[in-house]
Amino acid sequence: MSGSMEPVMSVAPVEPSRTERPESGEAPFAVPEPDVPWVTLVHNDPVNLMSYVTYVFQTYFGYSKGKATKLMEDVHYKGRAVVSSGTREEMERDVQAMHGYGLWATLSQDR
Amino acid sequence: MGRRRPRPGSFEARPGGGAAIALEDGEISILRSLVVQLLELVGPGPGAADADADPLAELFTEGPSKPPEDPALARLFPDAYEEQADASDFRRFTENDLRARKRDDALAMVRCLDRGGPVVELTPEESRQWLGTMNDLRLTIGAYLDITEDDDNGLYHLPDDDERKPMVVAYLWLGALQESLVETLMP
Repeated sequence: MSGSMEPVMSVAPVEPSRTERPESGEAPFAVPEPDVPWVTLVHNDPVNLMSYVTYVFQTYFGYSKGKATKLMEDVHYKGRAVVSSGTREEMERDVQAMHGYGLWATLSQDR
Repeated sequence: MGRRRPRPGSFEARPGGGAAIALEDGEISILRSLVVQLLELVGPGPGAADADADPLAELFTEGPSKPPEDPALARLFPDAYEEQADASDFRRFTENDLRARKRDDALAMVRCLDRGGPVVELTPEESRQWLGTMNDLRLTIGAYLDITEDDDNGLYHLPDDDERKPMVVAYLWLGALQESLVETLMP
């Protein structure tokens, strides 16, 4: 998933991805997706307005109002939510964009 | 088509995009002062090249690797990774860009305010810049006041003579402004 709108900020050079492959033999029939094990997490904070967070999810990710609202509620009530997944580079771009909007976001491997 | 003057204190969408708000001179002056303080806080950032320096050198200048010590700056420029080594790498390559972008948005807001009232009109791009800057201002004030979700610190019920009171009032006012501006931008 990536932003459907204009780039939120210039993309800074990022270090080459250190691709980590899943353990072989773990899921013999699964389609291997070694390059998409990363997620962007948005964490709750006491300042950001719920309407603003919803707006950011709609504007940057191009999510529907319903999906954006659900994600915002997950952030608010559960403390955090996975808002996108993809390669490490894509998630670094998303996290950088979220920081640009003032949201507290981190990326990590989806384990 | 005649333009209705927006009701005081909140943004209204303009037909065809953009937003407008009626602001008194005093309100414009307070907003401007807050944004200028934000600009001073964000600054060029540690390790950023001088404005006069070779632009190529600036392009290759690395940003800081450690989070800012100031609590507001630490909130504006948070770690992207839980692992410190990854967070440091990411910060070195992104924080200067992020600072520059926040500074550009804040400067755009100052320029709009300098056009004066009684009605401040924003293009869609300026609306986006105001939205980001007002959010940065609220994050900054929120960090200094230690705002919590349930107002554990009783900030919303301070006596009038509490020195934090003006900042709390500004924080709530900015929240109302931002809320009305978001509504005009909702896709």
